[in-house]
Amino acid sequence: MSALAHVFEAAGLATIVLASMHDVVERMAPPRALFCNFPLGRPLGKPADAEFQHDVLRRAFGLLAADGPVLETHPVVIESDETPLACSIPPRFDPNLPPAVDEAQGLRAAYERARAERGATSVGRIIDADTIPRALAVLHEWAGGANWEEHPLPGTNTVAVCHDIRTYYEEAALELVTGPTPGGRAAEAWFFEQTEAGKTILAARQVMKAQGAPHPFWFYMAPGHR
Amino acid sequence: MTGDAVMRSLGGTMAVPEFEDPAFTTPARPLAESTVAIVTSAALHRMNDDRFAQGDTSYRTIERADRDLVLGHWSPNFDRSGFAIDLNVVYPIDRLEELAEAGVIGAVAPHHYAFAGNQPDTVSELRLDTGPACAADLLADGVDVVVLTPV
Repeated sequence: MSALAHVFEAAGLATIVLASMHDVVERMAPPRALFCNFPLGRPLGKPADAEFQHDVLRRAFGLLAADGPVLETHPVVIESDETPLACSIPPRFDPNLPPAVDEAQGLRAAYERARAERGATSVGRIIDADTIPRALAVLHEWAGGANWEEHPLPGTNTVAVCHDIRTYYEEAALELVTGPTPGGRAAEAWFFEQTEAGKTILAARQVMKAQGAPHPFWFYMAPGHR
Repeated sequence: MTGDAVMRSLGGTMAVPEFEDPAFTTPARPLAESTVAIVTSAALHRMNDDRFAQGDTSYRTIERADRDLVLGHWSPNFDRSGFAIDLNVVYPIDRLEELAEAGVIGAVAPHHYAFAGNQPDTVSELRLDTGPACAADLLADGVDVVVLTPV
């Protein structure tokens, strides 16, 4: 973002960066930046809170009054909430299927409702919703020790496939929960700590690592701290 | 450490490109007369657009009226649920519309742009090619002020 700000300013545009990493923005020194200590992925701080988003923009536009480079910090700090989302998991339906496959199929109706309501879905980087159970079936084999190269994954790219699976789950979960807006990383914690799919991905990732798979293939299947 | 703390700590160790003699553009006109655009590094795109590849240095154009957007960034290390709940938390287009309606800003730009934040370390293509091309697009639309949002 800060690199683009420098390029745009050189072209004659006035820019304001909403910065999420203080150390980086300090060193990159874009002309105007508002550091927002909010959950990563939420640069305006609070989803579904127009008043708060307006406050962020008001402070950002306020930087246009500066007559030289300026870095300010938004006074509100919002910590990510790593408490898993309170979303119940579908009960087992077909005991002959791997748990994650059964679970993913059980979430399909919620996913479809979410997709219809939003008019968009971020699932589909490499596989669509129809393919997610098959991908989970392969990841289940890998998690059990099968060789990752000998059991091909639909979509092939492990990082993209895991993105699609996680996004399918998160979009479905947001359709199922009620109450206050979940905090940053609550959906991630739910997925990796409470769902069979998340646990399967983490287990498959460890097996791939042990089998000597290239680092980027397994590492980016989940957040780095997991 | 929390996931965000780990990422911010990593950010502190990342090499960053240097910009010698950085430009500083003073706004040409008051905010209430300025045309404002959003440029995000969240790799947003419309459902039918080409997807962003890993290390993609290109950008996508978003029409002012588009709301059926996909978050195409490759990193697994940030929250995506906020965007799924309300795209304005990444791409505050409805807030800009409200500010234009209220006369706080002059106008909302007809086009907005999305890059992928996970660029090669040198960001040379961004500096020499796609960044200037995007700036030219913004200037052609009469944009005065750009709000840059990450994820």
